[in-house]
Amino acid sequence: MSDVRLFDSRPTAEVEAESPLVLSQLDERARRAPASPGVTLRERAFLGHLILRGGAIVLDEAVRQVLGVSLPARPGALVLDESGERSIQWLSPDEWLVIVPDGEAFSLEQRLRDALGDAHFAIVDVSGGQTVVELSGPMAREVLMKSTPYDVHPRHFPAGKGVTTTFAKATAILRRPDEGRWELVLRRSFADYCYRWLVDAGEEYGLAVSTGD
Amino acid sequence: MFHIYCPYCEEHREEEEFHPKGQAHIARPADPDACSDAEWGDYLFFRDNPRGIHHELWVHAVGCRKFFNITRHTVTYEILETYRMGEQPTITAESLAREEKADKVQVADGGQQTVGASDAALASMKGAQA
Repeated sequence: MSDVRLFDSRPTAEVEAESPLVLSQLDERARRAPASPGVTLRERAFLGHLILRGGAIVLDEAVRQVLGVSLPARPGALVLDESGERSIQWLSPDEWLVIVPDGEAFSLEQRLRDALGDAHFAIVDVSGGQTVVELSGPMAREVLMKSTPYDVHPRHFPAGKGVTTTFAKATAILRRPDEGRWELVLRRSFADYCYRWLVDAGEEYGLAVSTGD
Repeated sequence: MFHIYCPYCEEHREEEEFHPKGQAHIARPADPDACSDAEWGDYLFFRDNPRGIHHELWVHAVGCRKFFNITRHTVTYEILETYRMGEQPTITAESLAREEKADKVQVADGGQQTVGASDAALASMKGAQA
């Protein structure tokens, strides 16, 4: 076990947490949703985000043991567990992004550290630094085509792929967990700007904001 | 507005994701205390400005954030190859000059630059790459 001191960034539910989009008035927009939306935008707030860094072989063993999925070694690969709630994405040859449901990040970090022991690695909890916005609906790809220079054609961007790229003149991680959904991992400081961009870009296709599950 | 192949992401990405970082293959003197002022100044400040083949360091700033090398032609701006850190280029001014076998091609020290390599030589090198 490495001697890094850990702390739970969200120890109790008593302290109210705020998503980066807390001031973006998603509720207000949700009330004015069009009858048959072409795009539906939904924020996946308060997920646990961990950055894993280290050698692929060392990390792969620990990740298999703790999460039950293998580490994606191929560039741009995104792997989900059976429930689809936990994911690991390749970010660079020695860096991966793990996203897990709310409340799991701290215990996951502990279990990974236990599994990795004295190996050469780094795990950073970046849950507070970014948020996930999900786009779905038949026109979601049209909105993305207006916003990013990356080729989002299904032939080039199949489900199970994710890339870090320029998005709306900012940067974002764009990923496609399954055929019907696109996820944007937005940095905290860009979140409101990107949300407003998406609302503007999605206007012509009938963008609905959904705040429920 | 062109695409650059990132050897780490293994696909072509938009140019705006990248940032140039100057000349590649500049080795820091192994013992800075022992080297002369001229050697240190050369390492620190002096860079090639070739007309022709140039090996450059670039960073995929928005993508994987890895540094890599690009072999670029400074006249045509054509990117001849990209390769990872620690690797050596397969296309150099010398290799082009060999291809050319012509007197008009001058190769500077270290084979890092050339003058007057014809388009035909470049094209045949690219053909050999593909």
